[in-house]
Amino acid sequence: MTKAPTAGRPRPAANPDTRFFWDAAFERRLAVQRCSACRALRHPPGPACPECHSLDWEVSDVSGRGTLYSYTVLHHPPAPGFDGPAVIAVVDLEEGVRMVSNVVGADPATLTIGEALEVCFEEYVGWTVPQFRRPAAREAVR
Amino acid sequence: MTHPPSAAIVGVGSTEFSKASGRSELRLALEACTLALADAGLDPSDVDGLVTMTMDDNDEPAVAHYLGLDALTFFARTAGGGGGGPGTLALASMAIATGRARTVICYRAMNERSQGRFGQPSRYAGDRAATAAAVTMSWAAPFGMVTPAAFFAPSFRRYMHEYGATSEDFGRQAVVQRAYANKNPQAFFHDRPLTLDDHQSSRMIADPLRLFDCCQESDGGVALVLTAPDHAKDLRQPPVAVLGAAMGVGPRQYGVAPLYRDDLAVAAETRVMGDQLWAQSGLGPGDMDLAILYDHFSPAVLMQLEALGFCGLGEAPGLVRDGGTEIDGVIPTNTNGGQLSEGYIHGFNGLAEAVRQLRGTAVNQVTGAAHAVVTGGSHAPTSGVVLGRTA
Repeated sequence: MTKAPTAGRPRPAANPDTRFFWDAAFERRLAVQRCSACRALRHPPGPACPECHSLDWEVSDVSGRGTLYSYTVLHHPPAPGFDGPAVIAVVDLEEGVRMVSNVVGADPATLTIGEALEVCFEEYVGWTVPQFRRPAAREAVR
Repeated sequence: MTHPPSAAIVGVGSTEFSKASGRSELRLALEACTLALADAGLDPSDVDGLVTMTMDDNDEPAVAHYLGLDALTFFARTAGGGGGGPGTLALASMAIATGRARTVICYRAMNERSQGRFGQPSRYAGDRAATAAAVTMSWAAPFGMVTPAAFFAPSFRRYMHEYGATSEDFGRQAVVQRAYANKNPQAFFHDRPLTLDDHQSSRMIADPLRLFDCCQESDGGVALVLTAPDHAKDLRQPPVAVLGAAMGVGPRQYGVAPLYRDDLAVAAETRVMGDQLWAQSGLGPGDMDLAILYDHFSPAVLMQLEALGFCGLGEAPGLVRDGGTEIDGVIPTNTNGGQLSEGYIHGFNGLAEAVRQLRGTAVNQVTGAAHAVVTGGSHAPTSGVVLGRTA
């Protein structure tokens, strides 16, 4: 479902180091940078590999599965563009990179550090933002 | 290696702290600088250096102009938002020690409540130019991470998870500081006591941060005058020596908060900075008579006590519960009430408090205070100083 741009959910700014992330999200893919020299994954995207200093990189899709490393619920002042308190999550992806996003569809009072999460996508007109949710039931059983 | 003191603080000036100063930020800066010079017994013509923080709105040339300075030979700023306060003393000390300047004023003045409120969502729109700052904020703002409380809260939540700290543990330090403020006529909360129940029933701001875990938004200005030790001893006030002055950034700092480092339960930047302070000064936590630890948020005080070595990791809640940060405790901390309860001048009011303590003129005086450590904001590029009584 495509939402109109809300009154103020901040749109991301992108440069040549970061545009791929938002382009991938627009196609409902979660992607991070992979260093072409040492193969290390990294996020947030940037121009160089902190491990080996190479400037060469490629885009690597990731599974979208991870765990909740930490979180906050922003009550006051309200986050622009959010209907209620923003549930802001620090997610460790199973590939070993960390990402700031949101947890949607869960009662924040029940969040548990270490619990499993999976990516989902919130679409706006012209842009899409990766979000996280508790895994679907079939995933939880597997 | 221990360095000899490179500079001394010889004057302190402060405006009142309020919610609406009714005056321009530049006027607040000039009032604070003028009071600091009068305190030192110096004239504007003695000043050849000015240092402030990058977030200060008062340009050094403008301050110099209205102070009537003939010339400036050194002017500089420290980065890291609220982390940069004590770093201004590091820059001033280096300038004095290397002969770039003889007498330097460090200042910070702002209408942070009546004009640009730090507690409100960052003014940010991604459809403007993709500046480096806008791109960095793009990993936070679209997800609602738009205030300092939201940036730092995940670190505090992780600290609770790792070490079993609770909201009550954070509240106990807020209560300790309020009691200090209740004896400090300059404090906002001079006449308003705070109980742990008050803290626990205050509204949630950014879980786990409640209202009374958060610093004030304040208007005001503070300035300090520094000069060479050989010059300082001839002046009006007992000099306070800068025995150590350091800066610190930890691993994987990105943007405002270090969310991408492996362990968020440790104030790594404070540890990087503090290790230098102890090495430079030849002193350690056990030599400190008091601490002024940057309290943008109360849990940051606990995490800095640990990172500086006043106790082990996870032990600060116990230290506070045992009264360790109170006036007769092992390390009296934020004895002016801190930024939670005195006022928030981006750490500069804490620097002023440390000087008062080492002169023996504080309202909550630590008996015989000879050494103090003062830090800038943790969980951001930070800085700190170790100060010493010289007489």
